[in-house]
Amino acid sequence: MASAHAIPSLDEEFEFTAESKRRLLIGIGIGVALVAIGAYLLASGVGSHETHAVAAHGAGDHEGGHHAYKWTNRLWANVWLNAIYFTGASVIGMFFMSYNYLAQAGWSVAFKRIPEAMPAYLPFMGLAVLLTFFIAGHDLFHWTHPGLYDKTSPEFDPIINGKKGFLNTPFYVGRIVAYFGLWYFLWNRLRTFSLQEDLYGGTAYYEKSIKFGVAFLLVFGVTSSTSAWDFVMSIDTHWFSTMFGWYTLASWHVTGLAIITLTVVTLKERGYMQWVNESHLQDLGKFMFAFSIFWTYVWFAQFMLIYYANLPEETIYYRERFSGFGGIYKAPFWITLFLNFVFPFLVLMTRDAKRTNIILKVAAWGIIIGHYFDFYTNIMPGTVGEHGGFGPIEFGMILIFACGFVWSLYSQLTKANLVPKNHPMLEETLHHDI
Amino acid sequence: MSDVNGSGKFLVGIYDDDDVVLKAVKDVKNAGVRIHEVYTPFPIHGLDVALGHPRTRLGIAAFLFGLSGTLTALALTFYTEGYDWPMVVGGKDSYSPVVYVPVIFELTVLFCALGMVGTFLVSNGLGPTVKPLMYDLRTTDNKFAMAIDLGKNNIGESTIEQILKKSGAAEVNVKQF
Repeated sequence: MASAHAIPSLDEEFEFTAESKRRLLIGIGIGVALVAIGAYLLASGVGSHETHAVAAHGAGDHEGGHHAYKWTNRLWANVWLNAIYFTGASVIGMFFMSYNYLAQAGWSVAFKRIPEAMPAYLPFMGLAVLLTFFIAGHDLFHWTHPGLYDKTSPEFDPIINGKKGFLNTPFYVGRIVAYFGLWYFLWNRLRTFSLQEDLYGGTAYYEKSIKFGVAFLLVFGVTSSTSAWDFVMSIDTHWFSTMFGWYTLASWHVTGLAIITLTVVTLKERGYMQWVNESHLQDLGKFMFAFSIFWTYVWFAQFMLIYYANLPEETIYYRERFSGFGGIYKAPFWITLFLNFVFPFLVLMTRDAKRTNIILKVAAWGIIIGHYFDFYTNIMPGTVGEHGGFGPIEFGMILIFACGFVWSLYSQLTKANLVPKNHPMLEETLHHDI
Repeated sequence: MSDVNGSGKFLVGIYDDDDVVLKAVKDVKNAGVRIHEVYTPFPIHGLDVALGHPRTRLGIAAFLFGLSGTLTALALTFYTEGYDWPMVVGGKDSYSPVVYVPVIFELTVLFCALGMVGTFLVSNGLGPTVKPLMYDLRTTDNKFAMAIDLGKNNIGESTIEQILKKSGAAEVNVKQF
């Protein structure tokens, strides 16, 4: 069928300019400086006076209350938070590719190289996660304390002792290695097939990609939930939610979609990828809109079950976030709900909005920031409690991880043509029209 | 159709191919003929643009139906649990909207879905007792029909027939309702 859109040349290399490299390096430099300033302020005890005022409010009933708080806890909690957030942002690229292969979708081929480039950041995040666990695991994770499992110890905790089969250091570390290993290996296969397809053509690589994509979905179906328990839920060791795996997956997924959309729009505005038309953008906008609502659905389902049941061991989770620790987590809690539901819901509702670059960019930024706060709200109360806050150390750590992510994304994009030239669905995607 | 005018006389061009009918729409319009509607067995990309149809208002209708469901659910739950017979269950406030979010959500979806079914029936002239106007029965199978309302065109019938034939119509029939 004749297309309304003229198709420009398909040979297009992404150029990672010296200017962008310089900017990213400056970003990382500012990040390091901010972290250093924040660390200095924390180490020298600035702001500790409010800590005592808060402690008087009786936040001591908080289950994860660590015996000896060190200022480095907040540093490592931030590393952990960003590592988990960007692990999700990276692995969703693979998730997106896999389900598009499984569905034999054609429309997404036009910008497939972007989700394809995202998981290259995974090994770094795996290292950050393992390093943080080995250095600061004892401070961040209550369940790593050996006394909890010792019946003679005053610290003995029968509930946590009952979770010993899952929450013990060798199995935990083994799981983390397995997650990153499996995700990276399967992505590496798909990436290799995709690059070889560019060279040799044919449908053989496509068929193989479907198989490996399905394998990844099977793996991710289990590991997305278990990794959510390991990375986030195990911080609040007593507490558990049956919605948590879905909840974290929803959060990661919509973040990844927002990053894909933002990258597509940005590259298009810079003159790349002119074959991406308004229909692609509208579909990406729909994806962000739909999965923002999905996230809200899961978020609310988790909240409402706990609200209805009103069991103290479950409601403590929300009490900590609403009123615990002097109420410092109330603002991020509401920011999360606003930026992840209200904002994209209203902004992305109409057809015209999903076809307008600037609105897509604003909505994507809202979602990206909102889901940072989602993980912030999940991780911080259990790790640093009343010592949490939002200062130079948080901003700096975001800058370091985000600039690293963009660096990894851009350097992957330079390694291949911006459109998979020999993909069997190429014609379909170039004429995508809805 | 509800917009059949006095004469109710139509010329119906029958086409065999979706590409041909899409191009024919442009040709016929360029020849100065007003097209009443094109009937196809499956959706054709770009046909609504070629016909110059205004943007659909289904989204607005869906929003309003959904909003009516939301308001109904809010009113229902507030009247029953908050005003008429307040009850304290599980230590919650007697009227807490959080508890009723599932009700509000479901009624929003239900009103929207039922409303859109009704909209579909009305806008397509369908219904239990309505006899649908068929320009050509074969458009439900493999043919594409372009209907020209003779009462709304100043060009003569034979000229329009020539234009249709020239644009690729396999046959041109007269349909009187």
